[in-house]
Amino acid sequence: MKKSEVPQDKSNLESANFRELCYAVDENGEYTTAHTTGWDPKTIALDNAIEDIHQRIEDAKNRVQNNQTSPIEYYMEFHKMDLPILASYVGIWQWRVKRHFKPKVFHKLSKKILQKYADVFEITIDQLKNLRHAN
Amino acid sequence: MQINFTHHQSAHCENGVVSNLMKHHGFNVSEPMVFGIGSGLLFCYIPFLKVNHAPAITYRAMPGFIFKRFAKRVGIKIEREKFKDPKKAKAVLDENLNNNNPVGLQVGVYNLTYFPDEYRFHFNAHNLVVYGKEEETYLISDPVMETVTTLTDKELEKVRFAKGALPPKGHIYYPTNFPKELDLEKAILKGIKHTCRDMLAPMPVLGVKGIRFTAKQIRKWPKKLGVKKANHYLGQIVRMQEEIGTGGGGFRYIFAAFLQESSKILNNPKLADLSKEMTQIGDLWRDFAVDASRIYKNRGAKADGYNEVASQLETIADKEEVFFKALKKAI
Repeated sequence: MKKSEVPQDKSNLESANFRELCYAVDENGEYTTAHTTGWDPKTIALDNAIEDIHQRIEDAKNRVQNNQTSPIEYYMEFHKMDLPILASYVGIWQWRVKRHFKPKVFHKLSKKILQKYADVFEITIDQLKNLRHAN
Repeated sequence: MQINFTHHQSAHCENGVVSNLMKHHGFNVSEPMVFGIGSGLLFCYIPFLKVNHAPAITYRAMPGFIFKRFAKRVGIKIEREKFKDPKKAKAVLDENLNNNNPVGLQVGVYNLTYFPDEYRFHFNAHNLVVYGKEEETYLISDPVMETVTTLTDKELEKVRFAKGALPPKGHIYYPTNFPKELDLEKAILKGIKHTCRDMLAPMPVLGVKGIRFTAKQIRKWPKKLGVKKANHYLGQIVRMQEEIGTGGGGFRYIFAAFLQESSKILNNPKLADLSKEMTQIGDLWRDFAVDASRIYKNRGAKADGYNEVASQLETIADKEEVFFKALKKAI
């Protein structure tokens, strides 16, 4: 990549006001560094990934409302987690966390366990149960 | 309290932390040098592991390996410690800062408040330097950022004790013993040899073979997974290749910069020619990203689009095979 070809496309980096560093060749063929504000192929990939996450959140929300899953799964998706990540944050085995996705099991959970989940998601038990959170 | 530490932005976090810490201790080692000596370049399709619901692909060595190899090869010693107790982790950090010693930390990205929201995923192998503390705020030099930044006591604890794959567990590290002069020449040769060995390894998912394996998978994706998932997987490859920290082209440009610098140190013009070739290979990776993005941009992709990008990857694999065989002979 030549230094003059380093892409300066619009991207979500702008919102945080920062530019990335990359390596490119100058007119004399010497390697140097240059700033980039973003590159479309990458921005599209990232946007698609974010959109996919939003869909997962929306889907989980619907299933909570239809009583097909517990709010724990919704909050897990909301925090961009998957089962292994959530299990390691709450310190509970994966198969137990998965079981807590069942609405029937969720309603019988003790306060102590609910508090563990609430702490990880940084909400109150009440918010955890009722799918209401700050944002 | 603030240590007199100079922040240099770098493309990749681990190389950047090492390079910045070395510069702080009076050794002018560039980022590509750290990356090359530490044999950072790689390609690996990691089977069985999913990241963000798509297969994990990496263009670099395992987190931590670059620094470890670099230290061993140039003869510096590193002190490292991991913790169970966050309080103890904090105490050790504060003690080092009081002793005027800037330290490297491994952290999780998800709770790094100064990152753009879109980039905050559960990735636990980010690195940064802490170079001071003012009341309850820590002064942070994150090598991928343009300028220095800060994190509160609480925020820092959260990122140091992030959970999930590769948990940092408060991992703190800093160089302690330095030789009088760095023996770069030997270290460079070792680094290059190791990279050639990795890239030409007789393993189906590693190096050149790994690129071919990935190409084969891509051909199968649209039929096996449906267009939506196949596009998601393809997007993930491009993201891993061009993510913040790669310097573009899946680290190939950083490696080319390393070869150019090495050719001057070793007085070996062959390496300068190979550097040019690696730049061209990096350009091919960028072309691949452009064409792949065309597929996942227009959702209704055709199957031959996947075959085309797969063929591109196979061409890259052929070129890299020739390249690393030549590189092995050049030193």
